[in-house]
Amino acid sequence: MIVAKRKPFDEIMQLIKGHKKVLVVGCGTCVAVCLAGGEKEVAVLSTELDMGRKLANNPVEVGSITLERQCDREYLAQLDGKVKDYDALISMACGVGIQFLAERFPDTPVLPAVDTCGLAVNQDVGWYEERCRSCGRCVLGLTGGICPVTMCAKGLYNGPCGGTNQGSCEISADQPCAWNAIYDRLKAQGRLDCILELQPPQEWKDTTPRTLIQPGYTKPEKAKA
Amino acid sequence: MKSGSNLEKVLTAGHFAFTGELGPPRGAHAEEVRKKAAFLKGQVDSVNITDNQTAMVRMASWAASLLLIEEGLEPNYQMVCRDRNRLAMQADILGASALGIRNMLCLSGDHCQFGDHPAAKGVFDIDSMQLIATAKKMRDEGKFLSGADLDGKPQIFIGAASNPFADPFEWRVHRLAKKIGAGVDFIQTQCIYNMEKFREFIRQANDMGLTEKAYILAGVTPMKSLGMAKYMKGKVPGMDVPDEIIKRLQGAAKGQQAEEGIKIALEQIAEFKEMKGVAGVHLMAIEWEHRVPEIAERAGMLPRPQV
Repeated sequence: MIVAKRKPFDEIMQLIKGHKKVLVVGCGTCVAVCLAGGEKEVAVLSTELDMGRKLANNPVEVGSITLERQCDREYLAQLDGKVKDYDALISMACGVGIQFLAERFPDTPVLPAVDTCGLAVNQDVGWYEERCRSCGRCVLGLTGGICPVTMCAKGLYNGPCGGTNQGSCEISADQPCAWNAIYDRLKAQGRLDCILELQPPQEWKDTTPRTLIQPGYTKPEKAKA
Repeated sequence: MKSGSNLEKVLTAGHFAFTGELGPPRGAHAEEVRKKAAFLKGQVDSVNITDNQTAMVRMASWAASLLLIEEGLEPNYQMVCRDRNRLAMQADILGASALGIRNMLCLSGDHCQFGDHPAAKGVFDIDSMQLIATAKKMRDEGKFLSGADLDGKPQIFIGAASNPFADPFEWRVHRLAKKIGAGVDFIQTQCIYNMEKFREFIRQANDMGLTEKAYILAGVTPMKSLGMAKYMKGKVPGMDVPDEIIKRLQGAAKGQQAEEGIKIALEQIAEFKEMKGVAGVHLMAIEWEHRVPEIAERAGMLPRPQV
């Protein structure tokens, strides 16, 4: 899932400075699961903003709503007609949702309340670890199911580098060396031949905005509102 | 001759090579480079010019390399994958060759977190293995990485590093084989302190026929003090400093730790000279350039061959 972290309160206060009526918009999917921007977090932020501005003798009217998803038009449509009542929207969705919200309501400032932190696994409640950088050219079949782009601090395709430190990455004893782990797993599977050959330079796919159209589908002339 | 560099000539003539290292200054004083170069002149066959080592910004490696050429020494131009993409790398290889640089060393580079700009974005567009293959393609096929023809092949003797001590040990010789397969001409190893492990590494490389396909230069860094040895042991990733080295430095008389460090280095060099598969020594006297003449003399490395 996509994980995010709430921005520091002071930064959010700074972002809404000058606005008198704001709507906090949560997202009920990924950011709700990772405890950053679901219904509960929307309620907490709304209360904090209300109190913070009261204390600063500059009260703000705060509305709250949590959509099922901010990356889908059908859910954003629930806000049609409501947005005109506010002078800014605070989105607690990931960067994708924030942009789609801003795209739908281009006349209203849309401000982020979270920082999007990547594609991660759910290790435990409140504990998430990044696993994928969505590079667009997956090599996991060769690397024992461990991503060298994400899990190696240098993103090496022909690792490990000389900085492997007793199984850890040179950047930190707490960070396992991805290539050491790749070696161990492939060795256990009897598949070390997978990494004997030189991997050629990556043809990066993530250097321009990407559009994905699945086979059998076409891009409509104009997206339906 | 692939490049016509002095290092290539020394190695192909069968001499035991001796290379040095020079870290460019954290400022624009050319004099700093010239001063350090003066200590190395005539003592080594080629001098590695480090490239923003430990991710600290320094004078550009190519620029310091040119200063070295002006002083009558031969540079080994280091290039790390951390700071530039494939366009900049290929452009720098062409420029380096055009200006008379004849050796280069292809490295991944220490992570930005080590240096003075820890929040910098590391490039790593290609890795050191892919950089070797790129340089070789440019030199031998006259083609860019893209496959397009280039006009005027770069004359470059292609080097890379090898760390026999980082985990997993049993994979290190295969990684060396990959670098040689990618087209490397010579290898300079990480600083060696664990001789037993290094002997095993070279034995494996000999068995696989690797030492006949590329020249292996054994990395030596004399310990300047007990503090340095403890730092290298505990704080430098991928470094293997056995307790016996620490003990020898501890046992040295007051004020004699540096001398003991040099003695250890001299013993190592003597063994490397006799070791099958080792074609030379790469002396990394870190911020100790002024001691190189003495070490070269005592190691029996002088005079350097004229080829």
